[in-house]
Amino acid sequence: MTRLQTPLTEAAVRSLHVGDEVYLSGVVFTGRDAVHKYLHEGGQLPEGVSFRDGVIYHCGPVVMKDSSGNWVVTAAGPTTSIREEPYQAQIIRDFGVRAVIGKGGMGEQTLAACREYGCVYLHAIGGAAQVLAECVRKVRGVSFLEKFGSPEAIWELEVVDFPAVVTIDAHGNSRHRDVLASSQAALARLL
Amino acid sequence: MDALLDSLVELIRRTSAEIPEDVHRAILSSLEQEKQGTIAESALKIIDRNIALARQKSQPICQDTGSIIFYVEAPMGFDQLAFEHTCRLAVTAATRKGYLRQNSVDSLTGVNDGTNVGPGSPTIHIHQHASPTVSVRLILKGGGCENVGAQYSLPNEKLHANRDLDGCRRVILDAVLQAQGKGCGPGILGVCIGGDRATGYELSKQQFLRFLDDRNPDSRLDALEQDILTTSNALGIGPMGFGGKTTLLGVKICAANRLPASFFVSISYMCWAYRRQGIELDPGFAISRWLY
Repeated sequence: MTRLQTPLTEAAVRSLHVGDEVYLSGVVFTGRDAVHKYLHEGGQLPEGVSFRDGVIYHCGPVVMKDSSGNWVVTAAGPTTSIREEPYQAQIIRDFGVRAVIGKGGMGEQTLAACREYGCVYLHAIGGAAQVLAECVRKVRGVSFLEKFGSPEAIWELEVVDFPAVVTIDAHGNSRHRDVLASSQAALARLL
Repeated sequence: MDALLDSLVELIRRTSAEIPEDVHRAILSSLEQEKQGTIAESALKIIDRNIALARQKSQPICQDTGSIIFYVEAPMGFDQLAFEHTCRLAVTAATRKGYLRQNSVDSLTGVNDGTNVGPGSPTIHIHQHASPTVSVRLILKGGGCENVGAQYSLPNEKLHANRDLDGCRRVILDAVLQAQGKGCGPGILGVCIGGDRATGYELSKQQFLRFLDDRNPDSRLDALEQDILTTSNALGIGPMGFGGKTTLLGVKICAANRLPASFFVSISYMCWAYRRQGIELDPGFAISRWLY
């Protein structure tokens, strides 16, 4: 088990390999379909928000206000990442992202960007909204809440020991590509 | 209708926070089968911890609280309009309480008004039955697994699938292969052979109302269900597509008549976070019995 702390250095990211289980602590920004499309089309991040050496989490959390008016994340598992494939490589390059958390893996363009710019894809457990919400210790802020709605907003979250698995590393390896190839071969034998 | 409102809110809460027992049993048995020390095993352990935590905290198992689909059986004379109205109130109330995420978006404007009520949401199917009781079943189906549903039209030359059961088997297994990683496996398949495009998908979803450990009364479909399950679990896709022994937890297949010109196979995929519950209501609309 490897412990990662944000901000992430390129060296820390390049030391990871497919199959490594990690615990991530520090700050992550949620960003999903609307945010990726917006940034791809030339939109700017709000003032005070920077992804440099940081982490984008493909997640649309459930966030409630407690009795004192503070935001509390009550459910926060990953969403399917492949929808961001048309945008992710560019965003990794332009915004200096070091890790993308999501589920289901990503494609060849993201794989290439991870290798070129020093980024990894961390696979969180899809559906594990409560285990992952417990790792969120604080909501530091939110942007685009009105513009995109709560699940699509950029939530800045402090996390402690967030569990994930490296499934795309910065060396050109992908667990998703490997399992697809082996399962296709297995199916061909079983048909 | 206050009692009905309370009953429906409680149905939504429990569906969102508590995995049905038949599904939990299947997840525990897959945990036993995965090799110790693998990431497949670690994924299933996190899933199991998540199930316990959601129940204990009465919070959504998954943050994507999904499409809200009610299946209602009611006697003759039942006031459907009043029921549907109360259903929408219950969905709004459950969203306010955080049992449901603000999860319904205007497809033309992109606006999410935060109520979960709008055209097509919630979806309510009401059927009359020859019994005095009212039963309400609810499925919350997340978007990740909904996106990997697939509909094939046979014959399919690329997959060498003809208009027969072997052809059905080939396209269903193709859907399992294509869904890998994306639908939060281990998953459950609901399949309809035949029907038109809309009813095929609808009937495939209704298969999720069956108990996971039931057996199909039609021996041909039963054999196909068992075969798809065994074959899928031999593909090595595993939980979350990490690789492993459990790709599917169950397969449920039905058949509907088709037109001579059409042969659809419609496949719905349900994630491990299989949120399905049901209630029977007493004459005062209080919950008299849980159905799963």
